[in-house]
Amino acid sequence: MTRPQKQTKQIHLAAHFPGVNNTTVWSDPRAGSHIEFSSFVHFARTAERAKFDFLFLAEGLRLREQGGHIYDLDVVGRPDTFTVLAALAAVTDRIGLTGTINSTFNEPYEVARQFATLDHLSGGRSAWNVVTSWDAFTGENFRRGGFLPQEERYSRAKEFLATAHELFDSWRGDEIVADQTGGTFLGDPEAGAFAHHGEHFDIHGRFNVPRSPQGRPVIFQAGDSEEGREFAAAEADAIFSRHGTLEAGQAFYRDVKSRLPKYGRRPEDLLILPAATFALADTDAEAEELAREVRRRQVSGATALRHLEFVWNRDLSAYDPDGPLPDIDPDVDSDHLARGRAQVRMYRDPLATAREWRELAEANNWSIRDLVIHTGNRQNFVGSPSTIAKTLNEYVQADASDGFILVPHLTPGGLDEFADKVVPLLQEEGVFRTDYEGTTLRDHLGLRSPVTAVQP
Amino acid sequence: MTATPASPLHLAVALDGTGWHPASWREPVARPRELFTAGYWADLVAEAEHGLLDFVTIEDGLGPQSSHFLDPDDRTDQVRGRLDAVLTAARIAPLTRHIGLVPTVVATHTEPFHLSKAIATLDYVSGGRAGLRVQISARPNEAAHFGRRTVPRITAYDSPDTADFVAGLFDEAADYVEVVRRLWDSWEDDAEIRDVATGRFIDRDKLHYIDFEGRHFSVKGPSITPRPPQGQPLVTALAHDTVPYRLVARQADVGYVTPHDTGHARAILAEIRAEQEAAGRADQPLHVFADLVVFLDEEPGAAAARKERLDTLAGEPYTSDALVFTGTPSELADLLQEFGGTGLTGFRLRPAVLGHDLPAVTRGLVPELQRRGAFRRAYEAGTLRGLLGLARPANRYAHAV
Repeated sequence: MTRPQKQTKQIHLAAHFPGVNNTTVWSDPRAGSHIEFSSFVHFARTAERAKFDFLFLAEGLRLREQGGHIYDLDVVGRPDTFTVLAALAAVTDRIGLTGTINSTFNEPYEVARQFATLDHLSGGRSAWNVVTSWDAFTGENFRRGGFLPQEERYSRAKEFLATAHELFDSWRGDEIVADQTGGTFLGDPEAGAFAHHGEHFDIHGRFNVPRSPQGRPVIFQAGDSEEGREFAAAEADAIFSRHGTLEAGQAFYRDVKSRLPKYGRRPEDLLILPAATFALADTDAEAEELAREVRRRQVSGATALRHLEFVWNRDLSAYDPDGPLPDIDPDVDSDHLARGRAQVRMYRDPLATAREWRELAEANNWSIRDLVIHTGNRQNFVGSPSTIAKTLNEYVQADASDGFILVPHLTPGGLDEFADKVVPLLQEEGVFRTDYEGTTLRDHLGLRSPVTAVQP
Repeated sequence: MTATPASPLHLAVALDGTGWHPASWREPVARPRELFTAGYWADLVAEAEHGLLDFVTIEDGLGPQSSHFLDPDDRTDQVRGRLDAVLTAARIAPLTRHIGLVPTVVATHTEPFHLSKAIATLDYVSGGRAGLRVQISARPNEAAHFGRRTVPRITAYDSPDTADFVAGLFDEAADYVEVVRRLWDSWEDDAEIRDVATGRFIDRDKLHYIDFEGRHFSVKGPSITPRPPQGQPLVTALAHDTVPYRLVARQADVGYVTPHDTGHARAILAEIRAEQEAAGRADQPLHVFADLVVFLDEEPGAAAARKERLDTLAGEPYTSDALVFTGTPSELADLLQEFGGTGLTGFRLRPAVLGHDLPAVTRGLVPELQRRGAFRRAYEAGTLRGLLGLARPANRYAHAV
């Protein structure tokens, strides 16, 4: 296949704070707190030292459960996204601050205030990963309960974002004159006026945060469904995707970028940034060994059984994780055992998956734990610093992505080695910045400033 | 854990825009163009910490400021617009070490689940210096910003309908604080076990559903954020009447009140103590602070002259729910000590012009009180509860089986 001659792309890199799932290895003696601010400071400063584009925080609004109990095998608990990002703005200078904020159990006026405030307090470094949720399970923590039918989650998200944009744009940026002698503080008595009458939101009045340095936060989208892709093509500045392999990444990249023209957008207006895990060591052989070791730590015997339950939908705690797979079939009739997780929706045909896994396990002589390790996600990038630098660059130049959101398995030091050893190689190659050129996250990502809807 | 001995008087400062006088932004020291920058707020809190104050509160609201009590206005000659107070406090937390940070939160339109984890996180990022000041919103225009409930326009303040409506908002605020507090306790302190042998990160028996069911909302829990360093961050509220006094008595660690003289202060205190007894909290520490607006100058008469000049700029004499003091630091110290004799344990001072009256508090009033042995000479505790002589409370769920 020949490609038309094109310019070498610059790689975008971001740092995902280790999450509340089994990618994060808490059992390592070096693993630190997931809550203490010092962990966030270490992580953010490492990413900033390496000139990363941004830091990324995920969020979940109800602790996961399995079999009617709070799931206790992974890291549990996290701080409030906005609050920790605002505090990080005090100990960093340039790095972008991306927060995952739910459009189902929040209201536009409050979220717009929070993002506009974060943008002011960080000098233009805020970004919003817009996610949706419909489950009544999460709703039990909120005033309205599970009020939103599943099929309306994207329509609410879209209208939520559109409404937030109306609020951000309700200030042009030139209203505060603060003329101390003349006595005029506000040059426009209508500053902040808005009215939105829609299906999900019917609100009007005055927004009370003046226009922030970026005007609007940078918008991320993370869903992978047809609706999610279309939403991203229409509205987002970047996609946090899951397609970490070369071929799947290229297919996704082509698909999403081809949707842009109909919204009057250019390819560079939407960045594709997949999550990427990695195992980095001095040599490729050592990295392979490390990758295996980390996988075993990520999947303890207890974790293996719980993961098998996602498919079997039965309590499998009586089984030996080092023994063979259950010979009974999955329960496809009952409500799902696991709540508050996205993974369970991946197994559309549990009976077929179970059959396939039994065959795999038999053919390879795998125990339950071996099977879960082998069928689970391997690290996206495994190798020496030069191998990883080379592969990352190849992916980006081959249009599998515009960069990566790195997900280390250790808190808070999981990025240290990457920053020290891989980043310099990318810089030598001329595909990653050696210093920040601008001050805002839009500057780092090469995004245009948003057009203000309200014209003076 | 034993409580740290409290200092004789506690002092907080209420931060709002460029100060509490509507013309304060026109003073040369005011920095009105910097109101929406982190540096502005960081400097104010650094000044307050320099004066060894117990804490700062940060005003907030879910709509623009207004010269009317319940309705918006379209004035352009006063400060309009403000940043979210919780995030402002979080932005300042890493830059300070001792002073408490108490942002305002509006219970009426927000989610107690979100707010509980936000204040817990403020407590983490500040190392145990977080609190909140809970407020209701009875403004129809703010309700319209959310579109989720209708707030009637109050015309007659003394009508029974108005009284019922306002009492309902305060009851909801009490439920809100109850949920926030339960969520703070929903993780026991030692819930995170990291037991490699069994593969368990937490002991889930030490996490608790709060199962709150009230008239306005139900919240299941547990929080997504572990119990904050102080266990229970500080809960505070401003109160002018019986209904809010009841909220203070039921749910607060610090109440702010607005007495106009010592007799009034005694009457308010008696009412709050009676409500506290009725709520079964008589044995629990509850600070009651008086709010005062302050114009402070060393030179006799200068503060009153300054107020007059600002009133002229504003076009009307400044009035407040709180007592408005003009005078010297030494006269203010006299007044505070006199009020202190009524049983008030501290004061929340509202500087008329932050750029002028905040340094007058920290560099004039504080040394004066120190000379009289009425204020601390160094921070004596590492947490906000500690500064106020409040012990770290036991977890309400710790003995649940």
